[in-house]
Amino acid sequence: MSGNFLFQAVIYLSAAVFCVPIAKRFGLSSVLGYLFAGILIGPFVLGFIGEEGEDILHFAEFGVVMMLFLIGLEIEPKNFWKMRKTIAGMGGMQVFLSMLILYTLFYFQGYSWQASLCVSMALSLSSTAIVLQTIKEKNLMETSFGSSSFSILLFQDIIVIPMLAIVPLLTTRTIQGDGGHSMGHSTFLESLPIGLEAFVVLLSVALVIVVGRYLLVPLLRLVAQTRLRELFSASALLIVIAIAYVMELVGLSPALGAFLGGVVLANSEFKHELESNLEPFKGLLLGLFFIAVGASINFNVITNTPIPTISVVVGVMAIKALVLFLVAFIFKMKTDQRILLTVALAQVGEFAFVLLSFTNQLNILEQSQLDFLLVVTAISMTISPILSLLTERWLLPKIGTKESEERPMDRVANKQKVIIVGFGHFGSTIGRFLRANGVHATILDHDSNQVDLLRKLGFEVYYGDATREDLLESAGVGEADLLISAIDNPDTTLELAGIIKRKYPNLKMMIRAKSRYDAYQLITMGIDSIYRETIDTSVRMACDALFQLGKRKYTVYRQGQNFIKYDEASMRRLAEERLNSEKYIFKAREEIAQQEAQLKEDLKRLGGLNEEDQAWDSEIMREKLGTSNEET
Amino acid sequence: MNQILILFAHPKYEQSRANQALIEHIKKTEGVTIHDLYQQYPDYNIDVYIEKDLLQDHDIIIWHHPFYWYSCPPLLKQWIDMVLEFGWAYGPGGNALSGKVAMNTITTGGTREVYCSEGYNHYTIGEFLRPFEQTAKLCKMDYLPPFSVMGTHRLTENDLGSYAQQYSLLLEWLKKGDLGTGERDNCQFINDIPELQIIPST
Repeated sequence: MSGNFLFQAVIYLSAAVFCVPIAKRFGLSSVLGYLFAGILIGPFVLGFIGEEGEDILHFAEFGVVMMLFLIGLEIEPKNFWKMRKTIAGMGGMQVFLSMLILYTLFYFQGYSWQASLCVSMALSLSSTAIVLQTIKEKNLMETSFGSSSFSILLFQDIIVIPMLAIVPLLTTRTIQGDGGHSMGHSTFLESLPIGLEAFVVLLSVALVIVVGRYLLVPLLRLVAQTRLRELFSASALLIVIAIAYVMELVGLSPALGAFLGGVVLANSEFKHELESNLEPFKGLLLGLFFIAVGASINFNVITNTPIPTISVVVGVMAIKALVLFLVAFIFKMKTDQRILLTVALAQVGEFAFVLLSFTNQLNILEQSQLDFLLVVTAISMTISPILSLLTERWLLPKIGTKESEERPMDRVANKQKVIIVGFGHFGSTIGRFLRANGVHATILDHDSNQVDLLRKLGFEVYYGDATREDLLESAGVGEADLLISAIDNPDTTLELAGIIKRKYPNLKMMIRAKSRYDAYQLITMGIDSIYRETIDTSVRMACDALFQLGKRKYTVYRQGQNFIKYDEASMRRLAEERLNSEKYIFKAREEIAQQEAQLKEDLKRLGGLNEEDQAWDSEIMREKLGTSNEET
Repeated sequence: MNQILILFAHPKYEQSRANQALIEHIKKTEGVTIHDLYQQYPDYNIDVYIEKDLLQDHDIIIWHHPFYWYSCPPLLKQWIDMVLEFGWAYGPGGNALSGKVAMNTITTGGTREVYCSEGYNHYTIGEFLRPFEQTAKLCKMDYLPPFSVMGTHRLTENDLGSYAQQYSLLLEWLKKGDLGTGERDNCQFINDIPELQIIPST
């Protein structure tokens, strides 16, 4: 058994490892790579996996749940509320128009009205997994294409629940056997009268929100204090799986529940830590899901009935595309965004597998019809990323309107992104000053007590260890304009600086250095903006000391400024010599002497040393100008 | 070709429509160095060595500033105090700037009309700018009449646009050299010389 399991794991993983980099090399999205990997190892090409592909499909649907949780994490509740009109409007229009046309079509093809209704419901839904994965990969969430796609898909995730509830009402027969699908049926919810049903739905949504806010955050805080990374991963998984389980128990969509859970936690300090922990799981499960879709394509159906298959695929996708185009037109999207949306959401989605199998179990749909439609679904899912790619490469360049052209100005104004790493006394001063000037930085700190306190003070602080690349990534280091390191520990600072230099060479970095020696190391790494934490304060103190000794404040202040300037310059020159200690001492002495000479020179200009002063009513001036008392 | 150094001093540049219009329009002109003093020396700690080098590399010096309390903002005065050193810019052996050209570019809230003996400011711009004129002369520089954008509060975007255009005509004219003497000295403002007249766009 375990040998079999390991063999399967080897097959799946090697197919992925082999196909995905090839797809990426050709500039395709990873989704296509996984799909082809699935076809390759499926029963009709290499035959490594057979019927169990379907079970894996259901298991891997959990990747979709996880993805929605992660998307939820990035949407703050108030933004979600703002989207409600687009979700209901665009989503509703897309689903019902598509259903109407598809229903008519299948009814006249000789399907019973029950079957036509079920099929139209199943085929009107698009694939959240494919579309959102592609959008996220290409970083298009901010465009109107991205947000409308998301709205429509979210609506579909919601509408699938009543759809699943309606299907059993269409048959008089009882359910034969229990498929045990993740999109549950014959649940607790269905056994209740309608009024109570609505109440239970609301109750479970409320439960997710309340538990998320008042139980999960304190729990995560406790876990964070243990500083055990794997424990945090376990908690993150637990959250998502528990939400999915509860939702399934009551008969709600686990994906929707997970999304809600994500939204609830979007405001918490653990946002980025959760993201970076779940990201690999999500990626793997989704990959598995796509492989399973690829493997489940029944090529027998295609070879037996090639023309009907192809024409139904083309027909269904054309109808969906047409409806999407119309919806986008009504919602006044720009031409290029409208075309992107039309092509991207035209496929039949993963919900079709669930809905159609369910319908078949209820005997509304015959086995041959089911096989046929499943093939249609899988093919449309496979060709959809190809179509998107073709649109992007060939069609869009020929059409003028590009959304990005209008945006750069307000992007610069509103979306300058600053990340502050380390939020102790040093970092929090920086953060407060920036905030007073209207710059709201993303702040990372690894002390969860500190994070809790700062959050209560109203800072947007996230818990996490900033030397982990995945955490930096989910904090948005890729899009940041500036990274400020205010870390106390010099080793951590160096590690962070190294990661940024290597991975994000174009990101501007400003770094706090503990001492001159840490600064030397940073200089050798090629970092320009280095801030030694003691130099300004010690010079200020020295200035005050001179003032106490009777020197004039302005002169001393100027000298202080110049001292810092010359010291910075000499530090850069000395950085090269620090490895050779003998030479270093010699050079350092030379530098110090030079600095002092330079400061004396400056002092003459300021008129601070009367006996040597050459400017403004000095001895020399009087001498050279004879008896004149004028200054100029 | 003459090299032009614009010593730009404006403590509230973000809020100055007029100066933004001028600077934005000319900032990429070849042979013109814009030296933004408030950007360079927020601490007023002027680096005399750098400033002297800059002066030596240019032929024409323009003090470009808003006309605050009948004079320049304090950092430009600090610049004059610190950089134009005795024995370098003036006094015995002080010939570093000899033969160069200096002038002011100013923006004022008041219109031309209020700067005369009958107006509420009582004196002309030329009279107010005497310290600059004499500074230039003491440093053996040729001093030109000021380029002025006046009554800035009431100027429309279009007006500002034509001033900006005129400013760049001025820079082109200064770059070419051959500044003559006669006509320009009779003008109170360099804006009025024939070379800077643009046909107003309708």
